[in-house]
Amino acid sequence: MSATTMRPATLPAGAMPYLLELAGIRKEFPGVVALDGVQLRVRPGTVHALMGENGAGKSTLMKIVAGVFPPSQGSIRVRGQEVTLASPLAALELGIAMIHQELNLMPSMTVAENIWIRREPITRFGLVNHAELNRRTAALFARLGIDLDPEEVVARLTIASRQMVEIAKAVSYESDILIMDEPTSALAEREVAHLFAIIRELRAEGRGIIYITHKMSEVFEIADEVSVFRDGRHVATEPAANLDRDQLIRLMVGRELTQMYPKTEADIGEVILSARDLTREGLFADVSFDLRRGEILGIAGLMGSGRTSVAETLFGVRPATAGSIRVDGQEVRVTSPKVAMRAGMALLTEDRKQSGLFLLLTVSDNMEVAVLRDGFTTAGFVRRRALLELCERMRASLRVKTPDLDECAQNLSGGNQQKALIARWLMTQPRVLILDEPTRGIDVGAKAEIHRLISDLASQGVAIIMISSEMPEILGMSDRIMVMHEGRVTGFLDRAEADQVAIMHLASGGGQ
Amino acid sequence: MSAPAPVSGELAVRRVRRPYRLPTEANILFVLVGIALIFEALGWSLRGQSFLLNEQRLLIILLQVSIVGLLAIGVTQVIITAGIDLSSGSVLACSAMVAASLAQTSDNARAVFPMLTDLPALVPIMAGILVGGVAGLVNGTLIATTGIPPFIATLGMMVTARGLARFYTHGQPISQLSDGFTWLGSGGIPVVIFLATAAVFHVALRYTRYGKFTYAIGANVQAARVSGISVGRHLMVVYTIAGLLSGLAGVVTAARAASGQAGMGMSYELDAIAGAVIGGTSLSGGVGRMTGTVIGTVILGVMTSGFTFIGVDAYIQDIVKGMIIVAAVVADQYRQRRRLKA
Repeated sequence: MSATTMRPATLPAGAMPYLLELAGIRKEFPGVVALDGVQLRVRPGTVHALMGENGAGKSTLMKIVAGVFPPSQGSIRVRGQEVTLASPLAALELGIAMIHQELNLMPSMTVAENIWIRREPITRFGLVNHAELNRRTAALFARLGIDLDPEEVVARLTIASRQMVEIAKAVSYESDILIMDEPTSALAEREVAHLFAIIRELRAEGRGIIYITHKMSEVFEIADEVSVFRDGRHVATEPAANLDRDQLIRLMVGRELTQMYPKTEADIGEVILSARDLTREGLFADVSFDLRRGEILGIAGLMGSGRTSVAETLFGVRPATAGSIRVDGQEVRVTSPKVAMRAGMALLTEDRKQSGLFLLLTVSDNMEVAVLRDGFTTAGFVRRRALLELCERMRASLRVKTPDLDECAQNLSGGNQQKALIARWLMTQPRVLILDEPTRGIDVGAKAEIHRLISDLASQGVAIIMISSEMPEILGMSDRIMVMHEGRVTGFLDRAEADQVAIMHLASGGGQ
Repeated sequence: MSAPAPVSGELAVRRVRRPYRLPTEANILFVLVGIALIFEALGWSLRGQSFLLNEQRLLIILLQVSIVGLLAIGVTQVIITAGIDLSSGSVLACSAMVAASLAQTSDNARAVFPMLTDLPALVPIMAGILVGGVAGLVNGTLIATTGIPPFIATLGMMVTARGLARFYTHGQPISQLSDGFTWLGSGGIPVVIFLATAAVFHVALRYTRYGKFTYAIGANVQAARVSGISVGRHLMVVYTIAGLLSGLAGVVTAARAASGQAGMGMSYELDAIAGAVIGGTSLSGGVGRMTGTVIGTVILGVMTSGFTFIGVDAYIQDIVKGMIIVAAVVADQYRQRRRLKA
């Protein structure tokens, strides 16, 4: 490890129990406390797994450790020395390397160029020494048992191979602390075995590996210690050998369900929407369910389980490659959102800013866009008076807090932006309303209002599909819960039998 | 937010009226007035005469602005969808050539189409506009179906259309056009055409579904798609309209010059884009108004005329013009950022 000599190695002998110590970490984002009072200690030569539901704060914590953003409070010690991690570069120089969930390689450059970027060997003339570059890469690959051509262009590699390149790149920094954020999500079984071999090798070299995963089986196979997080707080740290699957799930889920969900009993009527063997290749397969008038069907599952893709396919954003969708018993080929809207569907998308709002346009522009086709135009001219009246009514009944309807959508708070988007879809008077993370990133007050609204709509006979990563929300609002894992439905739970443990069990693959 | 937000929990909130905010075009109008006054002052001090109080000059400014202005009306709509149209100047030349070739009189011994002379003026006019429309439709279809960036699609059209304009008569100019046709370019007619067209599209952008969808696509194409807008089809319409306007500009140009020349409209597309951007249209899409574009193109016209008036070298004119365009956009971005934070 040549690079270690550059780092402060001033610890007295015998006082080296931890590579990394975090204490009292707090992180606030505008309106949200993402982490509070979090601690974590990583020993050299161990694999330390981080577990928790979506939104528990694992990724935020790791971004702090990798220097992506600073904590609002708390201390970070690396090899016993208090440090501030001002940037990813600063973290790298202290021997902390992160392998991001979303790959950060430059597709048009070669494998070797990607790995050694910013550290290219230079010839006498100040040019990049490609021969040396490739030789170093080959040596690195030989050590890790990776079989890739250093001169291959990254764009031509499979996702799994790219993942290997990412790992090799992190190792190339000779970092003592390696953070892996769900590194196996894109890997096949054989590749996972390869990755684990690499991890064991690194562990034997005395490095500390922080391993974020949702997969129980991996934790018990590779981890020495497990830290569990929940709602931005550290819950427990235990040696992996002391835990079993059920204990771990209970630690992750923990809290009692509070009754903040104003679920009213709605009369559940006839089937409106039914999906049979719905498939979108590469994303999910064989999804079948019936949705009834007045019913709220919750869809639960971890990130990447295919929940959002199912919603997008139902609404025609990504049309199905197989299977059928029936509305009122009539088969509908949903090839575009327009078709879905005509069939009476509406979709509140997961990512408000990316696929929902027109941030630069006014609140009323945002609300009215979905109804400009039906009834609110005469010979192409917008019926402004009628539209404004409707927008104004929506604004009042949903309590969208905005000085007036001409305000730029960007200037509204998250909760009010979300309400404006809900207004957009309610104006279309949908019979099937699909809500993807309807309360993500909004404050508690607005959240409760949206929950009440969803309940009201159901009792008026609207059929609702609600996707949520928040267990209490799913449990509190749904009549029935469909749980997905890696693109497949692993089970349905009725309101009466559903609890967090049962959902987590199905969401992490069920069965095993 | 400038006005206090309504107290939560009260349903019957009185609508709080914000203090009246000047429309964004007002700023640009002030800039126009400012520039005009600067030239007025320079005129008196350097040449001892008025810049503005000269009907002839004002008409010439407006006439020159009219052609670029027609292109700017089209490109404004394209830019609002977060696209770009580089082909307008070349398409102008193409349709000027076609229109001119069909507007020739029978006393021309070497007419392009000896069989097709002395046609009613409406024929060359419609043909010229149509040529533009076809070019625009090709642009739009390429962008919507192949997904190539508008910059590339219209760059290709820019080169191709210029080539077609030259190939049409192998570079020969076309002259001796009918009086009915050249009437279109006489007196203040081009100015009337320009302003009327601007008014039509001002209304279209603000009060029709076409306009609403145009803004929506530029503001967030993904959200537009999820809201049920057929993005591809709408883009084809927008680019076709831009093409039709380039065609119209070509017809007016040929009528005014009483001839068709393959070099017409050279680099006008850049002036049109500059006019739109000076007028407040955002190249990242979703923002822009016709009134701003009209003022923006007039600013460019006033600058050209003013520089000539006070005797600035043509080369230096370009240097200054380039800097002013950049300065205008920088100022605009700064203003927008402030507005969004407010």
